[in-house]
Amino acid sequence: MKERPDVTKTPVIAARDLSLTFETNDGPVHALKDVTLDIEEGEFVSFIGPSGCGKTTFLRVIADLEQPTGGTITVNGQTPRQARLARAYGYVFQAAGLLPWRTIGRNIALPLEIIGLSKEEQAEKVAQVLDLVDLSGFDKKYPWQLSGGMQQRASIARALAFDADILLMDEPFGALDEIVRDHLNEQLLALWARTGKTIGFVTHSIPEAVYLSTKIVVMSPRPGRVTDVIESSLPKERPLDIRETPEFLEIAHRVREGLRAGHSYD
Amino acid sequence: MSRFLSHALPILTVVALIVGLWYLAAIALNAPWARDQATRAGVDLSASELVADTWSQDKPKLPAPHQIATEIWETTAEKKITSKRSLVYHGWITLSATLLGFVFGAGFGILLAIGIVYNRAMDMSVMPWVIASQAIPILAIAPMIIVVLNAVGLSGLIPKAIISMYLSFFPVVVGMVKGLRSPDAMLIDQMRTYSASPAQTFWKLRFPSSVPYLFTSLKVAVAASLVGAIVGELPTGAVAGLGARLLAGSYYGQTIQIWSALISAAALAACLVGIVGLVERVVNKRMGFAR
Repeated sequence: MKERPDVTKTPVIAARDLSLTFETNDGPVHALKDVTLDIEEGEFVSFIGPSGCGKTTFLRVIADLEQPTGGTITVNGQTPRQARLARAYGYVFQAAGLLPWRTIGRNIALPLEIIGLSKEEQAEKVAQVLDLVDLSGFDKKYPWQLSGGMQQRASIARALAFDADILLMDEPFGALDEIVRDHLNEQLLALWARTGKTIGFVTHSIPEAVYLSTKIVVMSPRPGRVTDVIESSLPKERPLDIRETPEFLEIAHRVREGLRAGHSYD
Repeated sequence: MSRFLSHALPILTVVALIVGLWYLAAIALNAPWARDQATRAGVDLSASELVADTWSQDKPKLPAPHQIATEIWETTAEKKITSKRSLVYHGWITLSATLLGFVFGAGFGILLAIGIVYNRAMDMSVMPWVIASQAIPILAIAPMIIVVLNAVGLSGLIPKAIISMYLSFFPVVVGMVKGLRSPDAMLIDQMRTYSASPAQTFWKLRFPSSVPYLFTSLKVAVAASLVGAIVGELPTGAVAGLGARLLAGSYYGQTIQIWSALISAAALAACLVGIVGLVERVVNKRMGFAR
């Protein structure tokens, strides 16, 4: 178990005046404009906002999947590219993205194969992360034999497999029904408590953001920017029914106000 | 058994229908010759004699199915396979060129597709040429290939295999370009987050994704290979092979021989496509695609 956030440390992710403009046929699209944000070690940070607010783009810039057109960003004190090559993060996409010709175990072993771990090390890691997401015994199954929720859990296991300190998640539960989603949220919190990873989590669900996060970044579109950063006062232990407490509702209210202030629903 | 019947019955019905129509067409097409011969000999043909004659002429316009079947039986089972009159002998010559051409064509097609997918210059420039190559009638270009290769000392199997390759690489290029591009942007990004090398992305993502496309195009390619090999045998002066049987048959008006070579070629093509299909099923099963 790693240490909790320490303010004297340099942030894991530090963005300064970060901008990203896509040139399109209809003129420039400001996906991100002057985003300044720090994410400390061990934080669970949610990015929330309507589509087009740049929340996914920000995550992709951290992951070196998009190149910023202005400002600076460091990941573990390095450029995103260096951090990617050092395998500083695991990334969970919207869809599970499991390869249909590989079993669950072999899918999870894929990044380990690419790193070049031995078969024994791969097997050990796979067993370890499958246990972490409660999928032990499913390693010989093919993806189509699993439900959507189980597939998404397998994809989280795969992102955890090479034990990066940062976990980036882009609406990982967006396509799942609410019951499965609740369950996975609970499991994700337990996993975060156990591993102490720094998590960046994109969502468009207010309850999900409030339930999971230590910090909620509210964003708004055209241009994509940060309108509010809310530090959550909720305790670390969060049973599902914490969502009915006044404290929870107050934070949720503030998030909603933040979204409204960004004129995000006009 | 009833399951088998329910599958076989529609097929058998269609086959019976075709054979029936074929016999009728044979009567219609061969009757003028039969009547002509009868008039010259000064005899009158009854209806049943006329029908019997149209189904048993030596050089009919359209041979009856049983005549072709007899010819195929006589030239396969009853001839030594080393005999120049054996269809097995000719079939093997065509088959060897087909298989070599198929291997060349599939290999060349896959390499071209990799080039097109990975190299922007090739992506922009190669495809129009590939399509243009298929717009040229193969019958026009085949003699040129034979002549040119003969001039550099290549004859026999290789020129035929190259013509066969000329026809078979095309479906493979088209299928593999689509197949190698089939993984969506998210999966490509995912490999990037693992810092996978281009070779790793190819072998662990793009190539396995393209396998279903590969088999679909290989089925088309293997049939095209056979056509190519047969066409390649026509301008060589009809030495050997199914193409030679077709050409020799048409020189001497041996329609039964032409049709038996045609039917044999079709059966051979069906077998080749069937074998590719079988390999596809085995591979699919091993890759976990079979449900």
